[in-house]
Amino acid sequence: MEVKKGKWVEIHDIILQTSQRAHHLPEDTKQVPLEMRVKGFLLQDAKVGERVKIRTLIGRVIEGELTIDNPRHEFDYGEPVPELLTIGTELKSRLFSERWKDHE
Amino acid sequence: MSRAGKSYDEVTQRKNEIMKDALGIDYDRFSIGTIGFDYEKMMEEVGYPLEETIRIQRETGVGQTPLVEMKNITKLVRSMSEPGKGATILVKDEAQNPSGSFKARRAALSVYEAQKRGYEGVIAATSGNYGAAVASQAAMRGMKCIVVQETHDSRGVGQPEILEKGRICEALGAEVVQLTVGPELFYQFLVLLEETKFFNASLYSPYGIAGIETLGYEIATEVKERYGKEPAAVITTHAGGGNVTGTARGIKKAHCDNTKIIAASVDLSGLHMASDKDFNKKSFTTGHTGFGMPFMTWPDRSDVPKNAARPLRYIDRYVTMTQGEVFYACEMLAQLEGIERGPAGSISLAAAIAIAKELNDDEVIVVQETEYTGAGKHPTAQLTFATKQGIEVRRGNPEEGIPGKSVVIPEKPEQMSVKDYDIDKLRTSYLKNALKDVDIKTLIKEDIDYLAEEIRKDSSFVKEYIEKMGS
Repeated sequence: MEVKKGKWVEIHDIILQTSQRAHHLPEDTKQVPLEMRVKGFLLQDAKVGERVKIRTLIGRVIEGELTIDNPRHEFDYGEPVPELLTIGTELKSRLFSERWKDHE
Repeated sequence: MSRAGKSYDEVTQRKNEIMKDALGIDYDRFSIGTIGFDYEKMMEEVGYPLEETIRIQRETGVGQTPLVEMKNITKLVRSMSEPGKGATILVKDEAQNPSGSFKARRAALSVYEAQKRGYEGVIAATSGNYGAAVASQAAMRGMKCIVVQETHDSRGVGQPEILEKGRICEALGAEVVQLTVGPELFYQFLVLLEETKFFNASLYSPYGIAGIETLGYEIATEVKERYGKEPAAVITTHAGGGNVTGTARGIKKAHCDNTKIIAASVDLSGLHMASDKDFNKKSFTTGHTGFGMPFMTWPDRSDVPKNAARPLRYIDRYVTMTQGEVFYACEMLAQLEGIERGPAGSISLAAAIAIAKELNDDEVIVVQETEYTGAGKHPTAQLTFATKQGIEVRRGNPEEGIPGKSVVIPEKPEQMSVKDYDIDKLRTSYLKNALKDVDIKTLIKEDIDYLAEEIRKDSSFVKEYIEKMGS
């Protein structure tokens, strides 16, 4: 997919390969590289997967593999949590029993 | 500079010189004897006096947050306490700071100092609310800001809470460098300091701690004014130790010498903080024992040569609660008091609900922070994420919760309790760390006095420990 120069993108890079990592790491962490993700404006037309340069929000130019065009925030408020939903009425029925007794 | 000069070992070996340039503090000036250190002199000479801190914070709208009485929660606590028990619970609504948490106080002095000394920008290493605080302060002062976060595991998965904290930093104009799990975040932090020549807006510099003194001071003076007495206790959420240290120093500056300083953390024992697999099994990304314990017993593991956050100098108690109890407290704050805030800020509220039961009903107990909430940074977001990571979420006895396996939310407020840590054990563990690799024959009186101040004991406690160690 072709991404145009100037687009807001995310890049990815390896900071330390597994062999370059610190000593005394837990086994599972030792087996994976230290990776970096940064967002910024793409400095040239490029395809996802290519090495590119970006300019970050503070003007720094950094390099990495182009991974996402226009990265969206994918987190949200989550799903309704049944374990939380009734806490309010449970407690209010104790404090204000007249008004909230039906919820006991 | 060649790539060769940037290997992990090479950069970490240059740590001290990089730090000196990035902070401009000569820590050696305060050293005495073999390991001794004049902590108060450092705070006095490098930090700012309280009045100056207040003035600087007012420039950017930081502080003077509301201290709100939890009328319904207090009533609930009294309904389940012995007659005459159940202290009034107050909450300092720190979410109303410009960046949404008390961390704005910490960032205020650092960014002010960086601007005054002519730095182009500031860098902070944090996955927490501190990032937003530094970004916010930098925005107000027209400075550049980089936040380095530990964000993803090796699958590229991140906690919604941390992703939100990254988003807000960008929204406030910062560059956010997101890394995968590992202590080498510190290495990348050093690389960036060296490359950019920016100021190290460390959480643990004297500025990062002096900034919190206003929080303790505001609490103490307002409680005395409104209730005609000192707070019986102030509960601070404890992670890296700055919150407890700065708050306690501010309380002392308001001459509340009888106020008990209680540190509270979420119990995450069993989860390894540097483990790629454990990283996303926790439902709290700060205020937990994974930071709390190591920083309590060895503060100098931080990103500055000498940490200004030294909790053992101040705490009277250290308590832990379960993740389930904190989510329950967060829900209480929203549904009984009408204040919707983020979960991490409710850690000390959960502890206060349990501890208020022990105190008399004419006493006052203060929860010293809240944090902002939003997408990602909300109990529903964190618990939805937990369920997706295979963690069981259920109602029941919170003590049955196992970090990384289950979150058990209380069925009733009577199930809320705190677990007390033996502070003497923490003190001994501090001494063990402080004296590791030290030839005890080289220690002079000032070293012993320093260690005694560090753990708030007299020097005979330290001498006895050393004698036992030598035998």
